[in-house]
Amino acid sequence: MTHLDTEIKQLKKDTIEMWNLVIVQMEKASKAMIDFDKGLAKDINTIEKRVDAFELKLNMDCENILALFNPVAIDLRFVIAVLKINYNLERIGDYANSIAGIVSHSDTEFDKELLDSTQLTKMFEISQTMLRESLEAFEYENNKLAREILTQDEQLDKINVSANAVLKNSIETNHDKIEQHLNILSIIRMLERVGDQTKNLAEEIIFFIEAKVLRHSKP
Amino acid sequence: MNKAEAIDVNLYYKDFQALKNINFSAEPNSVTALIGPSGCGKSTFLRLFNRMNDLIEGVRIEGQVLLDGENVHQKNIQVDALRKKVGMVFQKPNPFPKSIFENVAYGLRVDGIKDKHLIEERVIKSLKQSALWDEVKDKLKKSALELSGGQQQRLCIARALAIEPSLILMDEPASALDPISTAKIEELIYELKKEYTIIIVTHNMQQAGRVSDNTAFFYMGELIEYDTTKKIFTNPENFRTQNYVTGRFG
Repeated sequence: MTHLDTEIKQLKKDTIEMWNLVIVQMEKASKAMIDFDKGLAKDINTIEKRVDAFELKLNMDCENILALFNPVAIDLRFVIAVLKINYNLERIGDYANSIAGIVSHSDTEFDKELLDSTQLTKMFEISQTMLRESLEAFEYENNKLAREILTQDEQLDKINVSANAVLKNSIETNHDKIEQHLNILSIIRMLERVGDQTKNLAEEIIFFIEAKVLRHSKP
Repeated sequence: MNKAEAIDVNLYYKDFQALKNINFSAEPNSVTALIGPSGCGKSTFLRLFNRMNDLIEGVRIEGQVLLDGENVHQKNIQVDALRKKVGMVFQKPNPFPKSIFENVAYGLRVDGIKDKHLIEERVIKSLKQSALWDEVKDKLKKSALELSGGQQQRLCIARALAIEPSLILMDEPASALDPISTAKIEELIYELKKEYTIIIVTHNMQQAGRVSDNTAFFYMGELIEYDTTKKIFTNPENFRTQNYVTGRFG
């Protein structure tokens, strides 16, 4: 194993660790919202600090590898992919943290019926599956699995669009729960963005493995 | 028309086949890097274009090697005249033990040019083209051996340019130089491309990436992959090319 191989292996290991932390953040965010558990919301904030630290470390490690080893071909693509994956993971972590913030500042538990009718719970499930599968695709360099993630994002987009009408109708008959409706709308928007960010992760995995750029193209 | 071309070229050193069915072409005003491990045939291939392999005993060449569309290995080709059209720069600077001016003027004098004004004009132009003029303009009569290694190498490039070659061959021209001199040579190659076609052998992958438009990867006498330098260093087609450029060659 060359020196560069060792550095790249470590970079991959650290990226996987950061990825796992973000997955835990999202799982806790979902549970905190459904169970209205403010303690979990606090945990997410603690993990967020570790994710931020990883972001800085991975950025620095990529910079060092680029400067010291001048990687080319698949090595160069890997380092570039990690730089972008790192950014997207940190953003997903931010969304989980923001959802935790909404839970922490809510006075009342979320209406279970509303969570079901807006399909918010389903959105959480889809986004978590996407995130877990993207990690698997990265770890085992599975470009086929990465391509499947691209289509899953469409489901989140559809739910995001359909939720508007559901929330509008619900607000008309529940004037006393306007704040909760706004909170749910915010979380839906954030999960839609999480889907986009996870799609970016999948695109970077495909770039690294196949040298194909999929951004701004249809899956 | 391609500036330099090889069609179905095989080269043997007695029983050993050093080049195997090579097909290659270099467009005018391009820089082509030849890369590959030691003994892969890249220098042998480079020397086909000025017939320097002829000097090696037992060498046998098949196929066509074309310069400006003309086969340089056909019988009626005068090797001296060919070498006026193909300039060459070697790994170690090899100035003659003469003055800076005479080093550059040498090729012109050998060519029978006696017009002092023309010789002076060409020497100045060549020294300017090789980015050496500012450093030597006040000491043209001093010995070339007093120059630094990097300056000597640029002087050798100026010497090659003075005869206004059609093609410039460079065999690891910066491998014996420090980083600053190397950077000057690389800048020079970039500038010279506007007027010349250059084929360069290099073991420095980053140098190949910086200076060349196209890169050819040789391995065990075969041209494994030949493509744009961008392609070779970002997404090579052949796994052997990838292993070589990423340093995983076993």
